[in-house]
Amino acid sequence: MVQAVATPSDLSKSEALLLYEDMVLGRTFEDKCAEMYYRGKMFGFVHLYNGQEAVSTGVIKALRPDDYVCSTYRDHVHALSKGIPARAVMAELFGKVTGCSKGRGGSMHLFSAEHNFLGGFAFVAEGIPVAAGAAFQTKYRREVLGENADQVTACFFGDGATNNGQFFETLNMAALWKLPIIFVVENNNWAIGMAHPRAAADTRIHKKAAVFGMPGQEVDGMDVLAVRQATQEAIARARSGEGPTLLECMTYRFRGHSLADPDELRSPQEKEYWFARDPIKLLQVKILEWGLATQAELEAIDRKIQLVVEDAVQFADESLEPDPKDLYLYQFAEDE
Amino acid sequence: MAEYTFFNALRAALDEEMARDARVFVLGEDVGHYGGSYKVTKDLYKKYGELRLLDTPICENSFTGLAIGAAMTGLRPVIEGMNMGFLLLAFNQIANNAGMLRYTSGGNFKIPLVVRGPGGVGRNLGAEHSQRLEAYFQNVPGIKMVACSTPYNAKGLLKSAIRDDNPVIFFEHVLLYNLKENLPEEEYLLPLDKAEIVRRGKDVTIVTYSRMRYHVLKALETLLPKGYDPEVIDLISLKPLDMDTIGASLQKTHRLIIVEEDMRCGGIGAEIIASINDRFFDELDAPIVRLAAKDVPTPYNTRLENLTIPQPADIVAAVEELLGGS
Ligand SMILES: Cc1ncc(C[n+]2csc(CCOP(=O)(O)OP(=O)(O)O)c2C)c(N)n1
Ligand SMILES: [Mg+2]
Repeated sequence: MVQAVATPSDLSKSEALLLYEDMVLGRTFEDKCAEMYYRGKMFGFVHLYNGQEAVSTGVIKALRPDDYVCSTYRDHVHALSKGIPARAVMAELFGKVTGCSKGRGGSMHLFSAEHNFLGGFAFVAEGIPVAAGAAFQTKYRREVLGENADQVTACFFGDGATNNGQFFETLNMAALWKLPIIFVVENNNWAIGMAHPRAAADTRIHKKAAVFGMPGQEVDGMDVLAVRQATQEAIARARSGEGPTLLECMTYRFRGHSLADPDELRSPQEKEYWFARDPIKLLQVKILEWGLATQAELEAIDRKIQLVVEDAVQFADESLEPDPKDLYLYQFAEDE
Repeated sequence: MAEYTFFNALRAALDEEMARDARVFVLGEDVGHYGGSYKVTKDLYKKYGELRLLDTPICENSFTGLAIGAAMTGLRPVIEGMNMGFLLLAFNQIANNAGMLRYTSGGNFKIPLVVRGPGGVGRNLGAEHSQRLEAYFQNVPGIKMVACSTPYNAKGLLKSAIRDDNPVIFFEHVLLYNLKENLPEEEYLLPLDKAEIVRRGKDVTIVTYSRMRYHVLKALETLLPKGYDPEVIDLISLKPLDMDTIGASLQKTHRLIIVEEDMRCGGIGAEIIASINDRFFDELDAPIVRLAAKDVPTPYNTRLENLTIPQPADIVAAVEELLGGS
């Protein structure tokens, strides 16, 4: 498993705090979502990301703004890490016209062309080939159109998705054509109520890359620095035309599958084991240990993020709903 | 004017659009080196290279998803379904992502994608290779569906489909690829949403599309000498349906026969009948007659196969019964 080799000397203060802030944003935002859901402000299926923040932050903060990110239905925090404003994400969850998908998408369909955020895919595994399409596009721009394109696409999905044909089919195409893509598996050991070992004949997902001649690595998904480091290596490979990488990030979701899930199957021991490895606390400890920042500085970040999320809620609350006369708007390109 | 076979008309459309816009590329099974199962892309890879004539592995759902991702990020992919039936394996990507993603993204992304290929009942191809997918796909929001029927309209429609910023499902027919027609030298485009009036007439409207156009024309050889004067409309656009053209014809003839190769249950004809009920019910002087494929898997045996789809004699009989002797 990839363990971070970062020491205080190769991690600047500003970088450490940026990672910390992004993870706190993810956590605070999701906690607020739960509150808003129970208050009847958001609806439908809402899948929260608590516990997995090191993966989103570690991968996406290593990317450039013009790189692409493709997500699943558990997409709020990927969207935030990619830079979509908390206001636009919260407003979408409230079903408002100021949301990043204009209130048409909802929790599982977040999009932003401006941020090269490709979605928000509600069906398991269907985003994987779409992400490969974005990566193909980059290769095409470079090799056919003669453009200076070197964007990388990061494609997120769960352990459950790796038993789907689209996973294998896309790994094959990505390796075959050396596409600049990183497959980021967030292995939280569960697909709703299906434990990973009950679904996969071989549970070691990173091993599945090798049959396509693709590097695959197991990464400590609770350690943002380990995720970041593995991602940086994968990015370097992708940008230099060496092709795809698969990262299996070992992680855990701290809440039920969705806010509708009673979460009865996971054992208290299993949960305790992972709660003790809370990725935000782990980074906090390191930052303090290495003297990169003081407790007071971290608390100031916590307070700042609290305000960002409060502001997002207020913005979402005060925003307008879509106009009923616009029911058909956005269906076809010529609608606008 | 120069003579083109149907498949070469399609090839010319692709060639012209690929030359015009370097973002246009073709992907699918055997579209490159092999030149396509019906030779529509023959030798194009020599001119445009292997990335623009992308031979894919046999993974319909995933290469369709890949095309959608490429379209979202600014390319203009044309998928060839080796046989349209295989696209059943791509149903999720076509319905969820090609069809709905623009809407669910609140207009963030456009999906300029063409999915084209051979469908319809061929000769003894068996049930799976004889499918008509238009009935399945008509329920998908956000897509356009076009069925070409002549070398002339195939070329003009495919060029328009490639330039359209929406996903277009483009139906060709396995038995029409060798038709020949003289095509204009100069470039032309045809509208994706307009039906074609094949013959003007006054006593009954016959609405059809794809290969059934030729069964209708065959029936006219019997009907015209007997004094019948049908108006024949080739739908071309299967989604949206050009109900204005159908309605205008009904205002003249007040009678309608639908001739379709897809299955009766939930087919294109069923949708036309429902739409007429909504808008043109008062124009009808008689119940609408629907000649559709029987609701069975297409059998291999020639005699049974012919029984499943409407034949010219069925069309003659339907007109005679509807109009009485003339
Ligand atoms: C095609 C499809 N089948 C089933 C579902 C229902 N479903 C939603 S999430 C999920 C489990 C997915 O687990 P995993 O891929 O591990 O992701 P995680 O939820 O753990 O993040 C299932 C079965 C779905 N959304 N799409
Ligand atoms: Mg999981």
